Amino acid sequence: MDIVHYLSLFVESIFVENILLAFFLGMCSFLACSKKVETAFGLGVAVVFVMIFTMPLNWLIYEFLLKPNALERFGMQGLDLSFLTFITFIAVIASAVQLVEMIVDRFSPALYNSLGIFLPLITVNCAILGAALFMVERNYNFAESMVYGAGSGIGWWLAILGLAGIQQKMRYTNAPAGVQGTGLVFIASGLMAMAFMCFAGIQL
Amino acid sequence: MAKSSNMEILKEGIWSNNPILFQVLGICSALAVTTQLKAATVMAISLTVVITLSNMIISAMRKVIPSSIRMIVELVVISTLVIVIDQVLQAFVYETSKALSVFVGLIITNCIVMGRAEAFALANPVIPSMFDGIANGLGYGVILILVAGARELLGAGKLLGFQVIPEAFYNMGYSDMGLMVLAPGAFFLIGLIFWGQREIVAHQGGK
Repeated sequence: MDIVHYLSLFVESIFVENILLAFFLGMCSFLACSKKVETAFGLGVAVVFVMIFTMPLNWLIYEFLLKPNALERFGMQGLDLSFLTFITFIAVIASAVQLVEMIVDRFSPALYNSLGIFLPLITVNCAILGAALFMVERNYNFAESMVYGAGSGIGWWLAILGLAGIQQKMRYTNAPAGVQGTGLVFIASGLMAMAFMCFAGIQL
Repeated sequence: MAKSSNMEILKEGIWSNNPILFQVLGICSALAVTTQLKAATVMAISLTVVITLSNMIISAMRKVIPSSIRMIVELVVISTLVIVIDQVLQAFVYETSKALSVFVGLIITNCIVMGRAEAFALANPVIPSMFDGIANGLGYGVILILVAGARELLGAGKLLGFQVIPEAFYNMGYSDMGLMVLAPGAFFLIGLIFWGQREIVAHQGGK
């Protein structure tokens, strides 16, 4: 096994191709929940959680059911179900979120209380569906998709945590009235995206 | 009377309650697909179609959807529509659909569609819901085209793939702004649009 390959994929998905700052996925909750560091932290953990859970699941479903000619082993020839990808993935994600919610509630009520409201929101977080679709587009294998899922989740977590920190500081800035709020958040994330671009070209 | 209220809904979606500028929804795709004007236009049209149809369907079913599973029902309706759109795009504008890559699929999780279904379609009859869908789709499209136009013009000197900035400019030392094509450029542009729009509103309303 080529461990370096996975390590570099991991680093790449966290820094170079940060799912939020390079592909803009998961912006909505990124903007809505980055006012306080604590909530940003909780949401980030939940995203990492769901990401690690759903990516391999989606991979298995795609590989064994949806891929062109995947059903040949069950004696069905020439069947291409890949047009069902979207609806299947979103159903998997929605039910996985529900499941994760129940598991967390059962085994760690403290974590459940702190994540509470954010868990259902993750269903409509584009980062999760986006990562799953990227996985299909780039033909990742099972291990790669797991690594990519974990990496993207952690990358998202890092980005939202960073922005939340910046926003807390920005409350004391003396910006013109019109740019305060959303405008300033965008410009700050633009600067963050620029900073993350410096990681480009890292090769392990 | 009904007509004027529908016009009202249209106006609200396009300007005074624009989904991107005021509700801050659907930002993901607004940033991601706007490196080229053509892709952005296709995206804007697709989203308008999806949101109009989904608003109509969900509004027609609003009395029979149990509220506990309404999210799932909405997602099923939306993703079915998106699959149709995706197939149509692949059939007729294959190049652009390749350029949009996963972002057509991501219309499913575009918060505008979901948000309008939740906020408007579940509480209103079919016809106003349709107008609401069209209005929000157009409001989204306007911003998308604005950002994409600026990014393509500044970043590549082109519009819709045609060279707009003449060769002579380049000879005089003008060069394209590479930053605009990259991710941070989109963030800055949207930030500036927000700023401009807030200033205009402050001027008009004096609030």
